[in-house]
Amino acid sequence: MKWDEFFVTGDPLIYGAMVSIVLVSLAILVGLTYFKKWGYLWREWLTTVDHKKIGVMYILAALIMLFRGGVDAVMMRAQTSMPDMKFLDGQHYNEIFTTHGVIMILFMAMPFIFGLMNVIIPLQIGARDVAFPRLNAISFWLFFAGAMLFNISFVIGGSPDAGWSAYFPLAGIEFSPHVGNNYYSLALQISGIGTLMTGLNFIVTIMKMRAPGMTLMKMPMFTWSVLITSVIIIFAFPVLTVALLLMMFDRQFGTQFFTMQNGGMDMLWANLFWVWGHPEVYIVVLPAFGIFSEIISTFAKKNLYGYKSMVISMLVISGLSFLVWAHHFYTMGQGAMVNGFFSITTMAIAVPTGVKIFNWLFTLHKGRIEFTTPMLYSLAFIPIFTIGGVTGVMLAMASADYQYHNTMFLVAHFHYVLIPGTVFAVIAGFHYWFPKVFGFRLNERRGKTAFWFIIISFNVTFFPLFFLGLQGMTRRMYTYSEETGFGPLNMLSMVGAIGLTIGFILLVYNIYWSTRYEPRDTTGDPWDGRSLEWSMPSPVPVYNFAVVPEITKRDEFWFAKQEGKSLSDKKIEKIHMPSNSGKPFILGIAFFFLGFFVVFSWWTPAIVAGIAVLLTMAAMSFDRDDGYYIPVEEVVQSEKRLRGERV
Amino acid sequence: MKKRGPLLALFFGLTMLLSGCSSLTVLDPKGPAARTLSDTIIFSILMMVGVLAVVYILYVYMLVKYRAKKSNEGYVPPHEEGSTKLEITWTVIPIIIVLILSVVTVRTTMAVENVPEGYENQEPLVIYASSSNWKWHFSYPEQGIETVNYVNLPTHRPVEFRMYSFGPITSLWIPQLAGQKYAMSDMVTKINLVADVPGSYMGKNANFNGEGFAHMNFEALAMSQAEFDEWVQDVKNNEGELTEAEFDKLLETPHVGRMSFASTHLSFSPPPEEGHHHSGSTEKENGNQEHQDNKEKFPEPSSTDEDEAEFDFDPNVHPDDPTPVDPGDESTHHEGH
Repeated sequence: MKWDEFFVTGDPLIYGAMVSIVLVSLAILVGLTYFKKWGYLWREWLTTVDHKKIGVMYILAALIMLFRGGVDAVMMRAQTSMPDMKFLDGQHYNEIFTTHGVIMILFMAMPFIFGLMNVIIPLQIGARDVAFPRLNAISFWLFFAGAMLFNISFVIGGSPDAGWSAYFPLAGIEFSPHVGNNYYSLALQISGIGTLMTGLNFIVTIMKMRAPGMTLMKMPMFTWSVLITSVIIIFAFPVLTVALLLMMFDRQFGTQFFTMQNGGMDMLWANLFWVWGHPEVYIVVLPAFGIFSEIISTFAKKNLYGYKSMVISMLVISGLSFLVWAHHFYTMGQGAMVNGFFSITTMAIAVPTGVKIFNWLFTLHKGRIEFTTPMLYSLAFIPIFTIGGVTGVMLAMASADYQYHNTMFLVAHFHYVLIPGTVFAVIAGFHYWFPKVFGFRLNERRGKTAFWFIIISFNVTFFPLFFLGLQGMTRRMYTYSEETGFGPLNMLSMVGAIGLTIGFILLVYNIYWSTRYEPRDTTGDPWDGRSLEWSMPSPVPVYNFAVVPEITKRDEFWFAKQEGKSLSDKKIEKIHMPSNSGKPFILGIAFFFLGFFVVFSWWTPAIVAGIAVLLTMAAMSFDRDDGYYIPVEEVVQSEKRLRGERV
Repeated sequence: MKKRGPLLALFFGLTMLLSGCSSLTVLDPKGPAARTLSDTIIFSILMMVGVLAVVYILYVYMLVKYRAKKSNEGYVPPHEEGSTKLEITWTVIPIIIVLILSVVTVRTTMAVENVPEGYENQEPLVIYASSSNWKWHFSYPEQGIETVNYVNLPTHRPVEFRMYSFGPITSLWIPQLAGQKYAMSDMVTKINLVADVPGSYMGKNANFNGEGFAHMNFEALAMSQAEFDEWVQDVKNNEGELTEAEFDKLLETPHVGRMSFASTHLSFSPPPEEGHHHSGSTEKENGNQEHQDNKEKFPEPSSTDEDEAEFDFDPNVHPDDPTPVDPGDESTHHEGH
C-alpha cells in the first residue's frame, strides 16, 4: 500500500482537518507536560473505576462526537442548500452522511445516555458503585477505542460511504473496495462489546444493589427506563455483533453471506441490521423518557402521574420494539400480508407512547411549573416529539410508506423523534444533574438563550424536510438541479442548521462561563429534587452514600424533606471501595490497534495486537486486588466538609 | 403563550410558502395507484392533526394554568397517584385510532399491490425495469424493444413493472403514478400501475446506491395507446438491436443519456427467477450469476444485427458535471404551473 492510499489526499477540507488534529494533539501533550498533569490524568481518570468519573468521560466523549457529527451535518446542509452546489463531491458527501449517522447514534446518543446512566443510577438506587466497576471501565474504554477507530477513518484510509445502515451489496467488497466499511464493521464490533457489557452491568446493578426497602415499584422512573433499556441491549446487540462479523468475513475473508453471487442474500443484512436497529431506537429513547419523567415531576413539584402505567408502557414498548423491524423495508416486495402485520405492530407502539405523553401532561396538571433550563427542554420535547410520533404513525402505514420511503419526509420524521427524544433529553439531563457532579449549576440565563436558539433552529432546519419529501426529494442526494424546485426549502433548512450550530456553541460556552463565574451550590439539592441523588452533598464523594438510606416509598427524599427527617443520620461504618486499575485502559488501546490492523488486513501486527488483548485479559483474570476500605474518620471528615461544616 | 408563538408563525409561514409556489408531487397523483396513496396520506394527516390538536390544547392549558407565578406562591401541588379511568381512556382511544388506521393500511396496501380496480380485465403491459450502476434499463418483451433512462407508457392500460438490479439495491419510484419498490439482484419485484392522465412524470431511483445516485433519474412519459404504438413502431424501424457485447459495455458505463434499441437484453441476460434462487457456481459474467443461470431458458435472438445504437443525447454524463436537466421536471410545465 502506498502512502497516498493510506492517508486521504486531495481535499483541502481534509488537509485542514489533519493539520488541526496534529495541532490539537500536540497542544494536549505539551499542556499536560507543562502543567505536570500526566500523573493526575493517569490516577484520576485513565485508571478510574468510579462510576461518576466514567460517566463524565462518556459525556465528554459524547460532546466531542456531537460536534464531529454536527460538522458533518452542517456540511451536508451546506452542500444541498442550493441547486448544483459545488462544495463537496459525491464521494465526500456519501462519506459524511454515513459518518454523521453512525456517530450521532452510536458515538453520541448512546454514550451520552450511558454517561448519565453511569453518573446517576447508583445514586438513585442508593448504591456505592455499579455491580462490576472494573467491567464498567472496560466498557468505557472499548467504546472509546471504537469511537476513535471510526473517527480516524476520514484521514487514514477513507470513511465508510454506504450509509449508516451499510446495505449490501453496496457495502460489500465488490462495490466498496476501499477500507471505509472495514472501519465500520470493526469500530462497531469493538464498541458493541462495551455496550453489551454495560447492559449486563446495569441489569445486575439495578437488580442487586438497590437500597434496602426499594422494591422495583419504588424505583425512580429513570432507573426503570435504564433497566428496561439494558434488557433491550442484551437482546439486540448480539444480533448486530453477528451481522458485523458476517460483514467482516464477507469483506475480508471471501465469504458470501450478503454478496450477489453464490447464494448470498443482500436483504439478509437488511433484516439483521434492523432487528438490532429498531430496538436501538428505543435504547436511546427509553432512558430519555426516564430523564423527562424525573425532570417534569421535579419542576411541576408533583409526583409522576400514573407511575404504574408508565412502567407498563415502557415494558410494552420494549417488547414491541423487536416486532417491527420490517417497517424499514416495506418496499422490499414481501407482499401485503407481511407488510400489514408489521404496520399494525408498528402503529401499536403509538399506544404506550401516547399513554406516556398524557401521563406527563397530567403530571403538570395541578402542579406549580417552574421554567428552568432542564424543564424548558423537557417541555419543548412534548409538542415536538408528538410531531415525530404522529408522522411515525403515518410512515407505519405500509401503503403510504411506498411514497415516503427513502425521502426527506422520513429524514424529517426521525430527526423529529431523535432530537427532541434523545438530544433534548440528554441536554436536559446534563443541565439537571450537572450540579450533582460538579457542585454548581450551569447559568440559567445563558442556558435559556441556548435553548431558544436550539429549539427554534431545530424546527427551521427539519420542518421543511417534510415538504421536501412530499415534493419527491430523496435522502442521500448530494445534488439536485434547479428545475426540481427543492432549492428554497433546502436553503431555509441551511439557515436553521446555522442557528443550531450557534445554539450548541452557546451551550458549550455556558459550561465554560459557569465553571468560572457561577456560584457554588452548598445544599446538594439546588432544584428541590425528589430522588435519592439529591440527598447527598455535591459534588458527590467517591463513596456516594456515607450511610445507605432505608426506603419506604417512592420519592423517599422528598417526603423526608417534608417531614424534616434526615436519611443519613445512622452510624457511619468503614466503606469498601474498588481499587483503580490501568488494565481496562490498556485493553482499550490493544483493541484499538487490533481493530486498526485488521481494517488494513495487516495480519502480522494484527496477531501481535490480538495477543496483547488476550494477555491483558489474562492478567485481569489473575488480578487479586479486593479493593480497599475507607476508614470511618475519613468518611466523617469528608461528610462534614462537603456539607459545609467546619472541620 | 410566548413559547408557541414563533413555532406557529413558522408553521403558517411554511404552509403559505408551499401552497404559493410549488406543488407536492406525492399529493398530485396521475393514476389510480398513486391516487389511493395520496388519499391515504391525506386521511392520515387529518387524523393525526386531530391527535396533535388534543395534545397541544392540553399542553397549552397545563402550561398557562399551572405555571409558577406570584399569585400561586406557597401553593403545594397535591399528591396524585393517577386515575385508572383517565388512563384507560387514553389507552382505549389510541387503540381505536390505530385500529381504524390498520384497516385503512391493509386495504390500501392490498389495493396498490394489485392491478388497480377497474383494470383487472385488461392484459397488463409488462415492462422489465433493471438498474445497473446509475441508470435504468426498460425492456418491453411484448414489443421487443428496450430503452435506457426513459420509459413510455400507454394511458388507461395496466402496466406491470418487474424490477431487478445488476448491482446494489435500487428502488423504482414514479411518485405521481405509484409508490416505490426495491430492485434487487436476486429476485424480481413488481409494481402495478395505471397512468390515466397523459404527461411527463419524474421517475427516479429512491434507494442510495453509490456515487452517481443523485443523477439516477428518468422520465416516465404517459401517452395514448395510439401514440404509444406509433412510438414502438418508430423504435423498431429506426433503432439498432441490442447485442450482448454492447449490453455488457453498457452495464459497465456509469452514466448514459437516453437510448433505444429494437430488441431486449432479456434473451441473453434474463432476469433472476421470481423469489430467491441459489446456485453454487462461481462463474461471473454479466454481474449476476442468476442472470446467467436463466440464460438457457430464453433462446438467443435469431438475428445478429450489430448496428450501433443511436443515442438520444450525450451518452457520457460525469457525476461532477452539472446535473443533466431532469426530464421529470417537464411535468411541471406540462401541468401548466
